[in-house]
Amino acid sequence: MSKYHVNKKGYYGPFGGAYIPEMLYPNVEELQQKYMEIMQEESFQQEFQELLKDYVGRPSPLYLAKRLSARYGANIFLKREDLNHTGAHKINNTIGQILLAERLGKKRIIAETGAGQHGVATATVCALKGLECVVYMGEIDIQRQAPNVARMKMMGATVVAAQSGSKTLKDATNEALRDWINNPIDTHYIIGSVVGPHPYPDLVARFQSIISEETKRQLTEKTGNSLPDYVLACVGGGSNAAGMFYHFLEDEQVKLIAVEAAGHGIKSGESAATTALGKEGVLHGSRSILMQTEDGQVTEPYSISAGLDYPGIGPQHAWLYKSGRGKYVSITDDEAMQAGLLLTKLEGIIPAIESSHALAYLEKMTFQGNENVVICLSGRGDKDLDNYMKYFGF
Amino acid sequence: MHTQDIFKSDNSKGLLSIYYTAGYPNLDSTIAIAKKLESAGADFLEIGFPYSDPIADGPVIQHSSEVALRNGMTLQCLFQQLQDLRSHVSIPVFLMGYFNTVLQYGVENFCKSCQAVGVNGAIIPDLPIYEYEELYQDTFKQYGINNIFLVTPQTSEERIRKIDNLSHSFIYLLSSNATTGKNLEVGAQAEQYFQRLKDMDLKNPLVIGFGISDRETFRKATTYAKGAIIGSAFVRVLSDDDYMNKIESFIKGIKT
Repeated sequence: MSKYHVNKKGYYGPFGGAYIPEMLYPNVEELQQKYMEIMQEESFQQEFQELLKDYVGRPSPLYLAKRLSARYGANIFLKREDLNHTGAHKINNTIGQILLAERLGKKRIIAETGAGQHGVATATVCALKGLECVVYMGEIDIQRQAPNVARMKMMGATVVAAQSGSKTLKDATNEALRDWINNPIDTHYIIGSVVGPHPYPDLVARFQSIISEETKRQLTEKTGNSLPDYVLACVGGGSNAAGMFYHFLEDEQVKLIAVEAAGHGIKSGESAATTALGKEGVLHGSRSILMQTEDGQVTEPYSISAGLDYPGIGPQHAWLYKSGRGKYVSITDDEAMQAGLLLTKLEGIIPAIESSHALAYLEKMTFQGNENVVICLSGRGDKDLDNYMKYFGF
Repeated sequence: MHTQDIFKSDNSKGLLSIYYTAGYPNLDSTIAIAKKLESAGADFLEIGFPYSDPIADGPVIQHSSEVALRNGMTLQCLFQQLQDLRSHVSIPVFLMGYFNTVLQYGVENFCKSCQAVGVNGAIIPDLPIYEYEELYQDTFKQYGINNIFLVTPQTSEERIRKIDNLSHSFIYLLSSNATTGKNLEVGAQAEQYFQRLKDMDLKNPLVIGFGISDRETFRKATTYAKGAIIGSAFVRVLSDDDYMNKIESFIKGIKT
């Protein structure tokens, strides 16, 4: 049973499901029927765990950031997903899905990507397995993220420019879904977040759940208690948060805080704070909370962080938000950039701007001595140097 | 004849249906195009309401949707335009679009508006059978709005039977598993699949869509099905500045 209590049809409360056209039904149904069985096979688990250890470099450290802790008056632990191969948590999911695709007999892999992190993680596992890889990326993002495009190409992937709509992540996802419709037999679609039709939100959350599984163990070793007081993670689509929350969901005393990107501010018209600005809707095959016009047209989100720049959130997040189990907050570009610089100066760690959003929320919290806080440091900041340089004028 | 009877009558065959996007190329062209299509000989219509993220559509219909949205088309605007539909147009009319726009308009409101203006049914590709049955079927029935389901070459027989039971107008048979506007060859494989469907002896008539673009593909499709739908090929006609004068020859070119 998934800790998110997804039902057989892929619903988390009123959210989730599989709102897909009939053309996608055979693909999605095949996945629905087989994913649990395959993931539970001993040979699957063995290969998955081995790759996570020897290829990705897991377990990722849980690091007690002493200087950061001193500043905020709490014990702040960073879950170092930034130290994974390819620099972020994204690889946990692509490793899992490539093994799944192999066992489904698929020969061709497609993926969508925004900033290119998930595209790189997908191209990586395709190189590892020698499978054909096509990555859809918005035309505008291709221009903005040249190094990641080069990485994907070096690994043998074909990068296709999504030229429809706003030419960013949402449109890249549309193009990947269209490709899947047109290639129904031999292709597996590796979605990069806890979005898309059931079973993707569950599947991706399960592959990312390794983050909280390790955290519990590591916290026990370090503090004698597997449960922290707070767990924080940033949310775009929500995959690192889904994995970071996973094994704490049933421990009601652990407060879960999801940090969305407010961009220039919630009321600025340039924001990606989905729970603050969105309402219930259907996009990319699932029912969730969605930024949209009154007429139901999906609006283009904005954040300085390309990885949080998505108009929806995974259905399990919509449910955690609505049910009150999770607290959903938002952080502006400016707050995130400052938090990124602060971590760099205090701890010598340059975080991805996505992760900086989670860090920035520390400023807004008050601690009552000795509380334990875990923050998912979902990715490293190498990819964002350009942005940091421009912002701070280094 | 009641508008819906063309699907039931044994005499009607070779029905031509045309899809076009409301609000394209101009915001207020919806009714004028419908009238022209009827007088040119189209047998029923699908009027698309645009959505920002049409995942089942290829470039031609995507483009028409983008233009329509820029022109200001919304469901509310469309229903206003269709207010006098039945004083201009007597052939069956279906609305086609994606679920999120219907959800925001309100599913019951949508059905009510369809009934009020005399629209016969809806084609909502991303509203799946399970959700339709569980959440919305009663509402559609209450207002007499037929929900049209799609069937692809990969749809199982069991599922086709289920769709047949849920349908009360026609079944939309996709010529292949594809997005709209592909230049498809209706080859031996497709014909085998059409024949298989024909032999299932379903209670609802079949109408074939996707990849039907000219007289030859239309003729082939209608030897197996009661009708066929042309979408992208017609939307391309609308991109011509002089489109109102091209509609008739396009339809005649297909039907005669």
